[in-house]
Amino acid sequence: MSAKGRPEREFRPLGGSEVREPAGPPQGQTPECEARTSSVKPRAWGDHNDAASVRLAHCAKTFPDGTRALLPLDLEIQAGETVVFLGPSGCGKTTLLRIIAGLAQPDAGGRVFFGDDDVTARPIERRNVGMVFQSYALFPNMTVAENIAYGLRVRGIRADERRQQSARLLDMMRLAGLGDRRVDQLSGGQRQRVALARALAVRPRVLLLDEPLTALDAKLRESLRVGIDRLLRSLGITAVYVTHDQAEAMALGDRVAVMSHGRVEQIGAPQDIYYRPASAFVADFIGTMNRVSGERDGPSLRFPGGTLRLPDHAVAADHAMFRPQDARIVEPGAGALTGRVAAAFFLGSMTRVVVDLPGEQTIVVDTVERRSFVNGDAIGVDIDPDALVILES
Amino acid sequence: MLVCAFLVVPVVLSVLAGLSQNFFVGVKSGLTLRWVAQVWSLYSGTIFLSLALALECLAATLVLGVPIAYVLARRPGRMARLFEELLVLPVAVPGLATALALILLYGEWRGFRASSLFILVGHVVFTLPFMVRSVLAVMAAMDLVTLEEAAASLGAGFFKRFFGVIVPNARYGILAGALMVVTLSVGEFNITWMLHTPLTKTIPVGLADAYASLRLEIGSAYTIVFFVMIVPLLVVMQWLSRERAPVLAGRK
Repeated sequence: MSAKGRPEREFRPLGGSEVREPAGPPQGQTPECEARTSSVKPRAWGDHNDAASVRLAHCAKTFPDGTRALLPLDLEIQAGETVVFLGPSGCGKTTLLRIIAGLAQPDAGGRVFFGDDDVTARPIERRNVGMVFQSYALFPNMTVAENIAYGLRVRGIRADERRQQSARLLDMMRLAGLGDRRVDQLSGGQRQRVALARALAVRPRVLLLDEPLTALDAKLRESLRVGIDRLLRSLGITAVYVTHDQAEAMALGDRVAVMSHGRVEQIGAPQDIYYRPASAFVADFIGTMNRVSGERDGPSLRFPGGTLRLPDHAVAADHAMFRPQDARIVEPGAGALTGRVAAAFFLGSMTRVVVDLPGEQTIVVDTVERRSFVNGDAIGVDIDPDALVILES
Repeated sequence: MLVCAFLVVPVVLSVLAGLSQNFFVGVKSGLTLRWVAQVWSLYSGTIFLSLALALECLAATLVLGVPIAYVLARRPGRMARLFEELLVLPVAVPGLATALALILLYGEWRGFRASSLFILVGHVVFTLPFMVRSVLAVMAAMDLVTLEEAAASLGAGFFKRFFGVIVPNARYGILAGALMVVTLSVGEFNITWMLHTPLTKTIPVGLADAYASLRLEIGSAYTIVFFVMIVPLLVVMQWLSRERAPVLAGRK
């Protein structure tokens, strides 16, 4: 089942032949030999029928020392969907992933389902998941190809079929020719791709990724992020991705679950999370959010720096929030707010202006205007009322 | 220079003594293999017993030591540290004391006391910590827990994980430990001397016996035999410790 509103989710051959090509046995080969040796008929990697939905029912986790790592949680991840758990370290996201993987048990009463299958009591080796670790955890005693084929070997798949399969994955991951290398001869990005290939080789029902890009430098991270995104979409695999990097979460997730202190603060499409945060934590954690507070005066919020007209639904709010890019810089006095430039940072694609409002409030405004700002200048700021975020307390 | 004076010169002298016709006359008396041959005829039994003991000892320390090291690596904690210290105790305590304790405890069991198995127990007690430490050092250096979790996520049960991933990745530690165990077992004197019977003599005990009761030349020839056995082991050990350095360095 495809996640709604993401048409790219439908199978399509991304990157030309990259995904399509290994779809079936090459035409030249004898098909009967293929059929005889294969217990599992090689299928297209894009056609991932095994993908299962994941359902967590009342899963909580308390550590032996009494710390509550995870508060009771009910959650359903649809088959083929990518859900990203995002949060600061210690928020319980890794614990949650480990519970899904079978590396940790939920507290009594919690259940984990893959499809209709209750897998709670099963250890990880019998859940048929694929897992990518932050440190990759490649086996140093094996070559790249052996690493990729390890899961197949454990399952007793024949050597020639293992070779075929790992060659296919090496191709898919653009690692062709590196199959005989030792793991310590690979770069960080290559190791990461091997780890991904190894996890995919067993055709897992669920792919679990634990901060797979954290160990890489920023530039590589970005390019691999694109690669993983294309891969997950073309495979249509159910994926659970854990990260503390919000850009990664936004880019990869069909849905993003923002976590804090063992609780899911909000779960929804990246746009929802970003534009309609459900709690102060989400608002602050994702991106930069301005917050101004003042006194209610009918439909407006009044404070020393100006007056903001609030949307009608903001019945009792005494504050308003907005994103830096939703504010426009205007002539002093012309906008809703007036203040003074406290600092301006030219960031290339935009300029970030820090504006001091009278009464100890500071806001940040991003502008693409090609002008320079002098500290202390009076400046006007206008905000579209639709862009205001109000949290009813 | 000092090393030379105290290590090399005595060894050379000893070897020469074992090969010369008459030690008191010196090398002038002519070189001969007679003494070596005599050693062989008198003490070949001790050589085979020593080798057999060393191999049995190796087998026992492998079977015991590798799993112990694994458990210690998996569960670091105060109990694990304590256990590790306990294991090392037989190395710190004089061998005589260990042997006495063994005799006091098991001396009554005549069959056991008289068999070479008794010596084997002494050797295992003495060499086990070397195996455990050597394997543990390597296991602590790799990310054991995550490697095992990775193998498990791919469907490997415990035994497949242990023998397919953990043991192969700890192989340098196991090899270094194995050589250490064999070398120590072959050369062990203190414990063995206390535990041996006239029928269960090992090379070092035989050596002491030869020096004490026979011609000096025979004792020296015995030393040659001992060297021939132990030096290759030491060389391999050296080579191994040099070999594994780049492997560990290359690993992240």
